[in-house]
Amino acid sequence: MADKIATREAYGAALAEFGAKYDKLVVLDADLAAATKTGVFKKAFPDRFFDCGIAEGNMMVVAAGLSTAGFIPFASTFAMFAAGRAFEQVRNAIGYPHLNVKIGATHGGISVGEDGATHQCLEDFGTMRTIPGMVVMQPADAVEARAMVEAAIKHDGPCYMRFGRYAVPTLFGDDYKFELGKGIVMADGSDVTLVATGLMVEQALAARELLAADGIKARVINIHTIKPLDADLILKAAADTGAIVTAEEHNIIGGLGSAVCECVAGAKPVPVLRVGVEDQFGRSGKVPPLLEMYGLTAANIAAKAKEAIKLK
Amino acid sequence: MVESRKRELSRIAYQIRRGALDAVYSAASGHPGGSLSIAEILTYLYFEEMNIDPKDPKKADRDRFVLSKGHASPGIYSTLAHRGFFPVEDLKTFRQHDSILQGHPDMKHIPGVDMTSGSLGLGISAACGMALGAKLNGYNNRVWTILGDGESEEGQVWEAAMFAAHYKLDNLCAFIDWNGLQIDGPVAEVMNPAPFEAKFEAFGWNVISIDAHNLDEIEAAVNAAKACKGKPTAIIAKSTKGKGVSYMENNVSWHGAAPKQEQYEQAVAELDAVIASLN
Repeated sequence: MADKIATREAYGAALAEFGAKYDKLVVLDADLAAATKTGVFKKAFPDRFFDCGIAEGNMMVVAAGLSTAGFIPFASTFAMFAAGRAFEQVRNAIGYPHLNVKIGATHGGISVGEDGATHQCLEDFGTMRTIPGMVVMQPADAVEARAMVEAAIKHDGPCYMRFGRYAVPTLFGDDYKFELGKGIVMADGSDVTLVATGLMVEQALAARELLAADGIKARVINIHTIKPLDADLILKAAADTGAIVTAEEHNIIGGLGSAVCECVAGAKPVPVLRVGVEDQFGRSGKVPPLLEMYGLTAANIAAKAKEAIKLK
Repeated sequence: MVESRKRELSRIAYQIRRGALDAVYSAASGHPGGSLSIAEILTYLYFEEMNIDPKDPKKADRDRFVLSKGHASPGIYSTLAHRGFFPVEDLKTFRQHDSILQGHPDMKHIPGVDMTSGSLGLGISAACGMALGAKLNGYNNRVWTILGDGESEEGQVWEAAMFAAHYKLDNLCAFIDWNGLQIDGPVAEVMNPAPFEAKFEAFGWNVISIDAHNLDEIEAAVNAAKACKGKPTAIIAKSTKGKGVSYMENNVSWHGAAPKQEQYEQAVAELDAVIASLN
């Protein structure tokens, strides 16, 4: 379980694996197949792979058209261009007619690293979450990424999946079961709940250890489906622990933190502190110092957890 | 085309115009000009060319149509109603809060609408996806779309044009409704997309130019499009915006406005006179 692997790698491998099982699965990319890893599928199923060139808006709507002909298209590019540039195409041609298109967006978050702010999408959960009927997901590791791809294939309707460029540890074993829309309690606790997604799940688990050293018992929840959010699990955590800290590689506006606030505010108001990129753009750098610089760390989650407990 | 059939299709085109006008008048809003300009093309496709079944609007191997210039919804709704997909009487519910007939085409609720459209530049991309899907399915069906001339100012139209040629989508045919007017004025003054022929040719398309109101020319172009292998076809259809209603013809103010009662009555009289003459 110690091997590190980027979720984009698992995404490409999963497409190639499930391409054999689901003959209506087709893949589109916008000249980034080497980076999004859809190239793995292209190699296995060249007749079902369509490069659209650097034209993401067209790609999304071609995918919409393919879905009306009975195909299950996966359209891939970087998160910035899927959820940002092509937002309107996704909204009007996929979301509004509720078409069966799967958007595989890689290079989400600050962990893109050296390419810097133009390519570090910190807004995709926000834009995609506002589209009615859109499922929004992000895996925490390669095992979850693979399972997510098959869940998306089986789900009838549009899905947005964000995968990462940066290699992360494998958290789950072979017995892992993915249930769309259900959060996963990674570790129990009664004083505060840490709700994390993507590579921040690892940080939340590390934060739990830091808090334990100070006698604080933290529950850790992995949210792989940001929409529809597992409201039951979040509200139970609010009731059981009375304080929540969210953690994500996203602007603190619009993402998981916002979704959790929206959930508890109307049903079980408790303090919610949000760890994320604090309404800034990213910048170039190696990933570890970037995560440090933007507060996407176990230490910051632990500090926020102590603050949240004080607000109870 | 034999004269009797031509006369019949011509009459249907004017009935479609009448239905589109009724829809816009009932809604007191909508887009009459660009609906009236495409009536003969819609008539030819839906009453002569396309393999479709109003009783089974979703059959898998049907031909597809995408109204890329989705604001001409009164035109396509009237066509679908007259073809039997839903009652002609329903056209009078256009744009009402409890109607299926949304301001722009909605594939989820309107029988016969193959693709939701209205956001300009998107429909041709969807048509590309459908054409690619048709080839993958091996159904041998075709995909037809109508673009606006002003719509071609959208960059995505040319992304799609590249895609269609690259993947040799010879089962795709796009009509360009070249009526010469867009909301802000003459297309040539707002942002001139001409020449269409040279542009589509340069993008690798088979290009045909016709009079959009001449059924013989439409038929010949459609047959030429079907005969062309290895390339998508663009039919540049020179049309009259507002065709059939004298005061709307070539008048930009009727792009997106509904007639008042007196104007409506005049339009009805003009259209009904043509319909009667073709009976």
